[in-house]
Amino acid sequence: MTAPKSAVLRTLYDKIWDDHVVHTSEDGTCLLYIDRHLVHEVTSPQAFEGLRMTGRKVRAPEKTIAVPDHNVPTTEGRETHIDNEESRIQVDALDKNAREFGVVYYPVTDIRQGIVHIVGPEQGWTLPGMTVVCGDSHTATHGAFGSLAHGIGTSEVEHVLATQTLIQKKSKNMKVEITGKLLPGVTAKDITLAVIGKTGTAGGTGYVIEYCGEAIRELSMEGRMTVCNMAIEGGARAGLIAPDEKTFAYCMGRPHAPKGAKWEAAVSYWKTLFTDEGAHFDKIITIKGEDIAPVVTWGTSPEDVLPITATVPFAADFQGGKVEAAQRSIDYMGLTPGMKLTDVKVDAVFIGSCTNGRIEDLRAAAGILKGRKLAPGVRGMVVPGSGLVRLQAEEEGLAQIFTDAGFEWRLAGCSMCLGMNPDQLAPGERCAATSNRNFEGRMGRGGRTHLMSPVMAAAAAITGHLTDIRDIMAETA
Amino acid sequence: MDKFTTITGIAAPMPLVNIDTDMIIPKQFLKTIKRSGLGVNLFDEMRYTLDGKEIPDFVLNQPAYRESQIIVAGDNFGCGSSREHAPWALLDFGIRSVISTSFADIFYNNCFKNGILPIILPQDAVGYLMDDAKKGANARITVDLENQTVSASDGKSFAFEVDAFKKHCLLNGLDDIGLTMEKVSAIDTFEKQNAAARPWA
Repeated sequence: MTAPKSAVLRTLYDKIWDDHVVHTSEDGTCLLYIDRHLVHEVTSPQAFEGLRMTGRKVRAPEKTIAVPDHNVPTTEGRETHIDNEESRIQVDALDKNAREFGVVYYPVTDIRQGIVHIVGPEQGWTLPGMTVVCGDSHTATHGAFGSLAHGIGTSEVEHVLATQTLIQKKSKNMKVEITGKLLPGVTAKDITLAVIGKTGTAGGTGYVIEYCGEAIRELSMEGRMTVCNMAIEGGARAGLIAPDEKTFAYCMGRPHAPKGAKWEAAVSYWKTLFTDEGAHFDKIITIKGEDIAPVVTWGTSPEDVLPITATVPFAADFQGGKVEAAQRSIDYMGLTPGMKLTDVKVDAVFIGSCTNGRIEDLRAAAGILKGRKLAPGVRGMVVPGSGLVRLQAEEEGLAQIFTDAGFEWRLAGCSMCLGMNPDQLAPGERCAATSNRNFEGRMGRGGRTHLMSPVMAAAAAITGHLTDIRDIMAETA
Repeated sequence: MDKFTTITGIAAPMPLVNIDTDMIIPKQFLKTIKRSGLGVNLFDEMRYTLDGKEIPDFVLNQPAYRESQIIVAGDNFGCGSSREHAPWALLDFGIRSVISTSFADIFYNNCFKNGILPIILPQDAVGYLMDDAKKGANARITVDLENQTVSASDGKSFAFEVDAFKKHCLLNGLDDIGLTMEKVSAIDTFEKQNAAARPWA
């Protein structure tokens, strides 16, 4: 028996969980209700096929939102033809499935199309206190709204399509507090990378993280989405940030946000979504905001994080199984231990992805690039996270700044973040990227990825090597 | 889904830590709309050269390990993306169990949906089994789900924990959706209450 809710101090995660339990088995396995199910073309075809084979329907098509993003080229003409046959088949399969099963759908011809994790919040599908799932690990993004959001596999996609529920066991609670203020040049991306650098890629395994502290509260919604997006890179099931006035302001007026009396009722409920003073966390990490520097990754795991002022490590600096992994990373990345990170030259710069493809990210990068040029020989690509982000950036004059600097201004999609579409690195090519994974082959076989913030990527674009954004800021000042 | 009871088979040693899902099945193979046929591309970029030739050093290309049914892996196996293509590729190759000190959460869950048993053991046990696996095809490891044990080729046995519900489903090859459908009245009730309490959701 559980005690009455009022007598128990609960975390934000506990509260959202409690409000979504449909059924609890004797062994503690729960059936959790899912408010929003986001669907893209890569992880859903087998799930829809499963429904078809068993004669099942989508239980709540009005809560299921489909959008193609991984496979779509980011160049003109994609509305009528995708060259790669397999990509085309997958995008066509989503089209067919979305129409046949009657789910909400933003096809590639729709201005609202984009990366699923950018479209959800933009359209007001993602709201505080909801459970949000998608067959995509970066579903963690939506935790920025104080919604419990995480990735699932295709079998679970089918389960949610058929039942609007998920079989779950509750995770443990972890608090990550970023105290105080960030220094100039330090962004949400540096926070989230610094946390992973400290905890490791398995540090969050078994936990749902709640990010809190002054530095988190100070972030815009875009910044909070960047932080939560990479909770999965730290191994956590989900990342959460308690909703506040900024959250409500972001949601208000969005196409699928409630209106009128429903809005008032929603806000008063959302205001109850915070961790009670004294509620128990199983693990607590505290980092001082002022201790976070602009960072980059040097290796092939998101935990391979160092301040830009550091040097490439030696494999012997590590312990246990990480020694072999570090040596493998150094070899794959073509680096020399002891060399300054700022001496690492880049061939390409990628600005975009569900981590950093929102309007604020583009504004930040454009702010650095204004009146400047890409370094000779460096290829630059900006891929807005959605058609609407693209439109807004054009209206604000950002697109012009990027093209003046020599960047390619692309259509919305996942693009280079994972090379399932034509945007890929060639073997040995090195990229300063605002995306989320530096895994071997992620951006193209043999491609080398350094993860960083949009302003750091912009700085690397100008100089042609990894660069401390603070040096560029000093030039400007 | 295939039942999982007991298997005795060759175990491939993969001591590298943080083997991610992009290594297990690179992104270019996610374009399929089927679940089958991915085994040939399991660990593709570690296993084949750019022109498609086998890399002889890679463990699953070595004669002793070509028929592996088990992988003994370094920490945090399966980190990265949610792609169920990772367990599909493992299964299609013939892998039924992976043993490590830790697994990424989504990958761990995905295994159970596909008749693969991921086993978490302490570092010293994984180390012992890794050494055993390195002996090659003559060292066969036995995984017994019913009794929750892994036995090395010398008979040394290690007990492991597994969630009772997941074990039940795996032992009997049960379909989750069918089980949940039995609770449809609870879902109906929840939806009615939810529509009243949170009409915006």
